[in-house]
Amino acid sequence: MNFAVLQFPGSNCDQDVVHVLRNVLGHSARLLWHKDKSLSGPDAVVIPGGFSYGDYLRTGAIARFSPVMQAVQEFAANGGLVLGVCNGFQILCEAGLLPGALIRNRSLQFRCEHVFLKTLTTDSPFTSQVPAGKLMRVPIAHGEGCYFADAATLARLKAGSQVLWQYVDAQGEPTEIANPNGSVENIAGICNEARNVAGLMPHPERASESILGCADGRLLFESMIQALQSKKQKAAA
Amino acid sequence: MTDPAITPELVRKHNLTPEEYGKLKAILQREPSYTELGIFSVMWSEHCSYKNSRPLLKTFPTKSSRILVGAGEENAGIIDVGDGLAIAFKIESHNHPSAVEPFQGAATGVGGIIRDIFTMGARPICAINSLRFGPITPEPGSDHADLANNRRLFSGVVAGIAHYGNCFGIPTVAGEVYFDKSYEGNPLVNAFCLGVLRHEQIIRGRASGVGNPVFYVGPATGRDGLAGAAFASQDLTEESAEQQRGAVQVGDPFMEKLVCEACLELLATGAVAGIQDMGAAGLTCSTCETAARAGTGIEIDLAKVPQRAPNMTPYEIMLSESQERMLIIVKKGREAEVKRIFDKWDLPWAEIGTVTDTGRMLVRNNGEVVADIPASQLADEAPVYQREAREPAYISGVRAFRLDGVADTKDPVEDLKALLAWPTIASKNWVYRQYDHMVRDGTSVCPGSDAAVLRIKADSLPESGAEPTPGSVPTAEKYIALSVDCNAAYVYLDPYEGGKIAVAEAARNLACAGAVPVGTTDNLNFGNPHNPEIFWQLRESVRGIAEGCRVFDAPVTGGNVSLYNQNPAGPIDPTPTVAMAGTIEKPEHITTQYFKDEGDAIILLGDAIDTGDQLLGLGGSAYLQRIRGLKSGTPPRCDLTREKELHLGLRSLIFSGAVKSAHDCSEGGLAVALAESCISQQVARETPRLIGAKVDLTPLTTGSAPQPRLDALLFGETQGRILITVSNLNATKVLAQAKILGVPACRIGTVGGTALEIHTNAGDLKSNVADLHELWWNAIARAMK
Repeated sequence: MNFAVLQFPGSNCDQDVVHVLRNVLGHSARLLWHKDKSLSGPDAVVIPGGFSYGDYLRTGAIARFSPVMQAVQEFAANGGLVLGVCNGFQILCEAGLLPGALIRNRSLQFRCEHVFLKTLTTDSPFTSQVPAGKLMRVPIAHGEGCYFADAATLARLKAGSQVLWQYVDAQGEPTEIANPNGSVENIAGICNEARNVAGLMPHPERASESILGCADGRLLFESMIQALQSKKQKAAA
Repeated sequence: MTDPAITPELVRKHNLTPEEYGKLKAILQREPSYTELGIFSVMWSEHCSYKNSRPLLKTFPTKSSRILVGAGEENAGIIDVGDGLAIAFKIESHNHPSAVEPFQGAATGVGGIIRDIFTMGARPICAINSLRFGPITPEPGSDHADLANNRRLFSGVVAGIAHYGNCFGIPTVAGEVYFDKSYEGNPLVNAFCLGVLRHEQIIRGRASGVGNPVFYVGPATGRDGLAGAAFASQDLTEESAEQQRGAVQVGDPFMEKLVCEACLELLATGAVAGIQDMGAAGLTCSTCETAARAGTGIEIDLAKVPQRAPNMTPYEIMLSESQERMLIIVKKGREAEVKRIFDKWDLPWAEIGTVTDTGRMLVRNNGEVVADIPASQLADEAPVYQREAREPAYISGVRAFRLDGVADTKDPVEDLKALLAWPTIASKNWVYRQYDHMVRDGTSVCPGSDAAVLRIKADSLPESGAEPTPGSVPTAEKYIALSVDCNAAYVYLDPYEGGKIAVAEAARNLACAGAVPVGTTDNLNFGNPHNPEIFWQLRESVRGIAEGCRVFDAPVTGGNVSLYNQNPAGPIDPTPTVAMAGTIEKPEHITTQYFKDEGDAIILLGDAIDTGDQLLGLGGSAYLQRIRGLKSGTPPRCDLTREKELHLGLRSLIFSGAVKSAHDCSEGGLAVALAESCISQQVARETPRLIGAKVDLTPLTTGSAPQPRLDALLFGETQGRILITVSNLNATKVLAQAKILGVPACRIGTVGGTALEIHTNAGDLKSNVADLHELWWNAIARAMK
C-alpha cells in the first residue's frame, strides 16, 4: 500500500510512522510537506504526532489551516482512510474531521508511559485485526490528551460505535486509575461517522517491534492495510 | 550611543583581573574598545576558557582506536561504533541559570547540548541528565521555606527539560537525581545529548576557505542571555539571582527543531564548509573559534545580523546568548542552497560576513570597526592558572570516623523502607514520566533499569546526500547503552576514591545492560576554585576519574567544567558527573535489572563485604546519611582492576545467554538492590510487575570471625557487587563459569513469592513487596503534592 505521512514544522513522530510502515510492515510510505496542496494519490494518510507549529495558540489549531490539510479534507470526504496519532488526533478534532476536543491533562503535566487499550469494536478499518478480548499495550506521550465532548456528542459517538479505544487496567476495566489524562469515559480514540477517519492519543508506531518491548500497535496498521487490500480487491473484481 | 570609558572599575565588573587586562592589552597592543572588553570577558571566563581547570583536564585519557574526534577539538567528541557509524555525545551544565530561573535555565541547557550534537553533523537521538537539588522532604534542621524553594526548583527544572526535549522530539531516556542540603539554592543541571552519523558525515566548526561567505541562521538576536558565560563563572549570591535574571536565556524548542532539520538537510548537500552553534558567548565565541580552528580570519558586519530589539549596541549583539542560532560557513558559489533550504523551513537567515586570511576577528557595525582582535589569541591563549590546592580541614575528621559509636540496626525492615522512600533512592518515575522517553522509536530499555538502551536503525541517521550504492549492505542496527553517575557524598569524603567510583559505577551499569564502554563525558561541578580546599577536591577527583577511564578504556571525549557552585552557606558537595556510553553487540545481550521468573536463582557476583574496609562499606553510605543523619567516614574502596574483572566476567555470562537479570549494588547496598529487582518492572500505568525473593546470606559470612554487623551486610555499599539471576537449571553451571572467570560468586537465594525475605546470621528481614513498591514508587510524588 501507499501511505502519505504529513510533515508539519514541529512534527516529530513523522519519521517513526514512516519507519514502521516502510521497514517493519514493508509498505510504501512518504512524507508530505505541509505546504503541499496535493496528496498525489495515496491509499491512506497518517497525521503523526509532534508539536505542529510549536503548539502555538492551541494544539493543532494552526495546522488545520495548512494547505495540506485542505487536501486531506477532500481526501476524507471521498472516503479515504485517515489516521491521526497524538498531535494528529488533535489536528483532526481542530479540523472538524472528528468530533470533540483534546484539552490539558488533568494532572497538568506531560505524561509518558505505557497504557492498556481496550478495542470496543472491530467494525472499523482501524480495528478489524484486533483479536477479541485483546488488550493492547501501547505508550502515550502527551500534555494535552484529555478527550472532551459534550453529552449529545458522546451519546452520538456511543450510539454509532465510534469510540474505538478506551484506557483500561490490566483486567480490561475502564477505571479512573487507568485513565492517564482525565478523558471523558476513558476515551483514547474515536472514528467519524463514516468510519474512515480515526484519531487516538496513544502511539501505535512506538509499539510495533519487539525490540521496543511491545508490538501490539502493529494491529492497528495491519487493520488499515487489510481494509485497503479488500477495497482494492473489490475494485478489481 | 557612546560606549562607556574603560576604567579599572569597568574591567573589574567584567571579571578580568588587572593582570588579565594587561595581557589583553598586550594582545591588542592598545586599549580595548568597550565591545572588545566584553568579548575578552566572556571568552576568558571559566565557562569558555577553562582557565582554572585546563591543566587538570589535560590529565584525562583522551585517545583510543575508536576516537574520530577527540576532546577539545570540536563541539563534541565522536566515537566509531563500527560499520561506518559513529556516535557524538557530550554533557554540559546549566547550573547558574537554573538557580535563577529553573524552567528556562534547564530548558536552554537541553537546547544548548542538542545544538552541540547536530553541529557535528549528527542526528540527536537521545538525551539524559544529571540533577541535584536541596532536600524535598523534611530533614533535621530543614525549614519549611527552604523545602518549598527546593521543590520549586526541582519541579521547574524537570518541567523545563520536559518542555524542551518533548517539543524538540528527543527521548530523554535516563538520568540521576540526588537531593542534598549542599545544593540548596545552587541546583545542578547537567544535560547530555547523543547523536548518530556516518563517518563521512562528520563536519567541523571551522571557518575554512578564504572568501567563503559567513551565514547567520535562526531567530533574531535579542538582549536575552547577555554575557551568560561570564555569569556562570561567578559565585551565586542573594543579589545575583535578581540582578542576573537578564543573563538567563529563553528557549524555543520548536525553533530548535526547525533549525536542526534545516541544518541536517543543508549538510547533506555538501555546501557547508564549517558550522558552529552560537551557545555560550554567542556570536563572539562562534566567530573567533571557527577562525582560530581553521587558522583563518573572519569579518562580519553586525548591521546585517537579524535583531529582535531596537537600537542594540555592538556590545549587546556580540554578547547576546539568544538561543537556537547557528553560524554557517558556506562554500562560495553555493549560497543559493542555504537560502532555498532555510526559506523552505521559514527560518531567518542572513549573510553577515566572509572568511579572510588575516587571522583576525574583525567586527564592523555599518562599516565602522568595533572590534579587531587576533582570533587565535582570543580563543586559545586565555590565561591558565595553576591554583593552589590544600587538603580540606574536614578530611581528618572523616578519616577518624569509626562505627564504634554507631549501634547496629534495630529494625532492618523500617530502615529498608526509609531508604526506599528517601527521594535520592526512591523511583524517579515522577520525573521521567514527564519526559517523552520513547519518541524516535529507539528506546529499547526505558528509564528504570541500570542503563538506558537505544537502538540505532538506518533511518536514525541523518539523510545522506549521496545516492546509495546499488547492492550496498543496509546499515546494521546498533545498540547503545548509557548511564550517568556520581555519588557526591563519596566525592566529598574522598575525592580521589569518589572519582574512581563514579566511573566504576557508570561502567558497572553498562555491564549490567550487556554493554562494553566506549567513551566518557564528564561534568565537573565544584565550588570556587580560588579556595585551595575546593581546588584540592577538583584535582583529586580528576585524578580518580582519569584513572578509572584508563582502566575501563573509556577515554574522555569532552565535557564541561562548572565552578563557583556555591551559595552563601558554602560550596556544593564536589560533583564530577560521569556519563558513559557503551555498545551492545547483539540485541539478545540486552539485560535489565528486574527479576524475571519464579524459581530463578539469585547469585551475588563480587565480595559481600570488603573486610579490609574498617567501615565495612558504610562510610558515606545512604544508610548512615538517611538513618543516622551522618555524612562521614571514608567511602568504600574501589579496586579498579577487580572491578574490571567483574564487568568482564558478567559480560561473559551475559554473552553465554544464561543471565536473566543483572543489577548493580549501589546506594542502600544489597538490601536495596534486592528490593529494586523485586519491584522495579513497570508493565504499564499503575501496573507494576512485583515478584518476591527468598534470600539467605549466611553462606557469605560462614567462617568469618567476628560476624559482620547486620547493617553492614544489608545496607553497606562495598563496591564491585552485582546481583544476577539465572534459571535454576543453569545455576550450578554459572557458578562454575564464574569461578573459571575469577569472579567471586555465591548463590544467595531464589526468586518467587510476594515477599522479600533475607535471612542472615545476625538477624532477618521480611517485607511484602507490594508495600515496598508503594513506598518507593510514590515517594517523590508524595513529596511534591
